[in-house]
Amino acid sequence: MFSEYSMTELTSIFAMQGFAGLLLFSVFVLMALGLAIIFGQMGVINMAHGEFMILGAYVTYLTSLFFSNYLPSLFGGYFFVAMILAFIATFTLGAFVEWAMIRHLYKRPLDTLLATWGLSLILQQTYRTVFGAREVGVTLPDWLMGSYAITDLIEVPINGIFVMVLTLFITFCVYLLMQKSKLGKQTRAVVQNRAMAGAVGINTEKVDRYTFGIGCGIAGVAGSAFTMIGSTGPTSGQLYIVDTFLVVVFGGASNLLGTVAAAFTISQAQSTMEFFLSGSSAKVLTLLTVVIILMLRPQGLFTLKIRR
Amino acid sequence: MKISNTPHPPSKLRRRFIKGLITLPATVLLSTMVFAAPPTAEVNTTGLAVTDDTVKVGILHSITGTMAISETGSVQAEKLAIEQINAMGGILGRQIEYTQEDGASDWPTFAEKSKKLLVKDKVAAVFGCWTSASRKAVLPIFEQYNGMLYYPTFYEGLEQSPNVIYTGQEATQQIIAGIDWVVKNKGAKKFFLLGSDYIWPRTSNKIARKHIEKLGLKVVGEEYYPLGHTQFNSVINKIKLKKPDVIYAIVVGGSNVAFYKQLKAAGIDMTKEKPLVLTISVTEDEILGIGGENIVGAYAAMKYFQSLTNDNNEAFVKAFKKRWGDDIVIGDVTQAAYLGPWLWKAAVEKAGSFDIDKIRKASPGLELTTAPEGYVRIHPNHHLWSKTRIGHARSDGQYDIVFETDELIEPDPFPKGYQ
Repeated sequence: MFSEYSMTELTSIFAMQGFAGLLLFSVFVLMALGLAIIFGQMGVINMAHGEFMILGAYVTYLTSLFFSNYLPSLFGGYFFVAMILAFIATFTLGAFVEWAMIRHLYKRPLDTLLATWGLSLILQQTYRTVFGAREVGVTLPDWLMGSYAITDLIEVPINGIFVMVLTLFITFCVYLLMQKSKLGKQTRAVVQNRAMAGAVGINTEKVDRYTFGIGCGIAGVAGSAFTMIGSTGPTSGQLYIVDTFLVVVFGGASNLLGTVAAAFTISQAQSTMEFFLSGSSAKVLTLLTVVIILMLRPQGLFTLKIRR
Repeated sequence: MKISNTPHPPSKLRRRFIKGLITLPATVLLSTMVFAAPPTAEVNTTGLAVTDDTVKVGILHSITGTMAISETGSVQAEKLAIEQINAMGGILGRQIEYTQEDGASDWPTFAEKSKKLLVKDKVAAVFGCWTSASRKAVLPIFEQYNGMLYYPTFYEGLEQSPNVIYTGQEATQQIIAGIDWVVKNKGAKKFFLLGSDYIWPRTSNKIARKHIEKLGLKVVGEEYYPLGHTQFNSVINKIKLKKPDVIYAIVVGGSNVAFYKQLKAAGIDMTKEKPLVLTISVTEDEILGIGGENIVGAYAAMKYFQSLTNDNNEAFVKAFKKRWGDDIVIGDVTQAAYLGPWLWKAAVEKAGSFDIDKIRKASPGLELTTAPEGYVRIHPNHHLWSKTRIGHARSDGQYDIVFETDELIEPDPFPKGYQ
């Protein structure tokens, strides 16, 4: 298939393809991190994860409207404000949902699946009522549009680089939070042994609420970033939920490093296969591979060795 | 067949009629307007929901679920047409009442609701369905209970039911003239076909490929992605490597937004037309989600664009905005949905009856000179004769019309040599 191309063309295309793979990797990590915290650390199957992402996207949309109407001179910087607002909004909603619904279901993990699925339907219909059934278009500031041309063939999308940098930053923050901060230590303690953690004076309810809120908040930031590459509509969240669960489960639910490794494996496999095969068959092959690996290694790629 | 016009409304209706003409200046050529409403027993021999002064119809679209994005416009257009017809005095002296049901983006629900409309409500006509899957789900019910469905969406063809009038284009009406145009005017030689993975894009691309190969030109790639796919960077790289002259894109739904955003971000400037993008799946409605700045420069082959300049369309756009708000945009399917109630009215008046069998007999040959898209006529195969137009996307989300076929294109749902 490559005989008719010159060496430079091929090198450039493979470089571009490598970049596409890395971009897909960043997207996967970004959308899966929030769920990895909620599902991995708390054991809550959050089917409304996609809807939390879309809440972030709608907050970005509203922020862009606000800036273009009232502060047009600062429009270039609105995206950063939007991401912060998206985090705050989704964190608040997440903490509220935890208080109203999830905390009653910690001992019935399968019921959280149904309850959060119901929540996702409620949120979808709310978005539809508030923002209309049609998708909304989020205008990007000029500096985020277009691409940076290195050679004639190698053109790097600027918003792609932005997503990558953001992913690195968020991953680093989550790492610090979970491994170094007091809240992270408490979260891990609660995950390992709820009763014991409570006995040594950790306020487990508060820890649960913050953890769930932070997971949702990260989903909100991801949704905000995805307005650059995807659609914003009431049901857009559904587009991400399958891939998100795939990454988290494949990585081994309880380990954030596993999530990153799984995102890398799946994204590279998928983007390489998409290039050589057609889109649908690439997806089928990726899913098949994941199913086979999970059959051989049901606990996922990485697991914490703890005594239960 | 041409039916002469008898524009002599009765005096008691004249004021309403004229008022209707002023505020909602769409009128139907074919009007066998009678001096007094004919007795119900005469115009309704099969027990439909017709009284001495009302007639009930059904609207069946998804107003919840994933398809609500697309179907909202159709519901708005059908309601507007019904309101306009009522303001003009209704049909055979009867005001139209509608019962709206929600298909909820779920095909079995569509079937269930259509049965409810036909069996319980006994509606005289149904305006509805959007996806082919929903149409296929309701088709056996319409045939079993002998209902009449006015279906608005452009679709893949390969169907012709006595119980459906297809007011959108079948595939050849949208595809062939568009490809001919890019070949003739843009010198296109190499095509890359891209679509979402389901029946409409696959059938359409099959027709496109046959036509391209008939012209002696080359298809350098054909790719399908699952519905809802959001990452197109790999295929964009592949397109860059294959260097086609035309990207022929039939991507739908949320994928559409992702595809055009990523195409733009990857440095493919559509205004430079290297390669040129030709689509049959992006109407003004979709651009709302994609964002005009992300698709400026692409070409679309449709039968209707909001920017069409003719008296009918100017009146239609004005009435639509007045009814549903200034920010609203009107896409190809919305216009086709608007034709449904008017075509039904014309058929009923020609038949002098609400009976489904008589409407079916009256429909072939019916013409509408007041359609926003211009003149349309019903073919004996229940599809519409209509023109193909090419629009060039502007950054404000509207299209400039750069080409339209001279003649109406004959609908051909079972194209020979393309299957």
